Amino acid sequence: MSTQTATFDRVADIISDTADIPRDKITPESHAIDDLGIDSLAFLDIAFAVDKAFGIKLPLERWTQEVNEGKVPAEEYFVLKNLCARIDALVAEKAAKA
Amino acid sequence: MRLEYFEMIDRVVRLDRAAGRIEALAQVPDASPVFEGHFPGHPLVPGVLLTETMAQASGYLVLAHLGFAQMPFLMAVDKARFRSFVGPGARLEISASLEHDGSGYAVTKAAIRHEGKALCDAELRFRTMPFPDGLDAPMRERARRIGLMDEAGGILAGDPS
Repeated sequence: MSTQTATFDRVADIISDTADIPRDKITPESHAIDDLGIDSLAFLDIAFAVDKAFGIKLPLERWTQEVNEGKVPAEEYFVLKNLCARIDALVAEKAAKA
Repeated sequence: MRLEYFEMIDRVVRLDRAAGRIEALAQVPDASPVFEGHFPGHPLVPGVLLTETMAQASGYLVLAHLGFAQMPFLMAVDKARFRSFVGPGARLEISASLEHDGSGYAVTKAAIRHEGKALCDAELRFRTMPFPDGLDAPMRERARRIGLMDEAGGILAGDPS
């Protein structure tokens, strides 16, 4: 199993448990907000679970600011395959610092 | 405690910013309109006010941790347990520890003890965001009044003292 697939499976399990969404509705192409209907409170629940599971700190404040300022399309952060790629990058960055 | 004004914390007795932990005291008043309804002839501090007390201690911890750069707002209460009853005149010992410092949110575990016994505990989550206009100064003043600034050693960002 590739790292990307493993990350997606863990994130999808977290979303399913945290936001009470059937696991089979969650795909790498799912948009957390538009497709899965996750609101900001639920997204923070998910962020907490992801932070704990991967030992990272998702930079939500910076992401939100970039999206609100139109610098980055929301899809870059909220489509799950993109979110997982960013999680992998943060994990790698942390490992490189260790 | 001034229950009707939602001023739950009387005094911060210990703040360890490095360890992310705070300890505080609160004296339940002998009389309050709250006790007239909860319950008639059998006064008990409501669980929601004990939750608020844990949230305020946690909030002061987060404020100190963030150097008053952002304001925490309660957004989730998990695993709340109320293990015993407490009434007028009780001296409450509140503690809170920072479990996770996220981006735009913080998580604490808080507890209240009374006469050495566990009274209640919960895991609390806060959204942290810029202070709404006009709230920064009153929060600093309230924090100063309960001794948070003393315990923080006057090193909080923007603290003019």
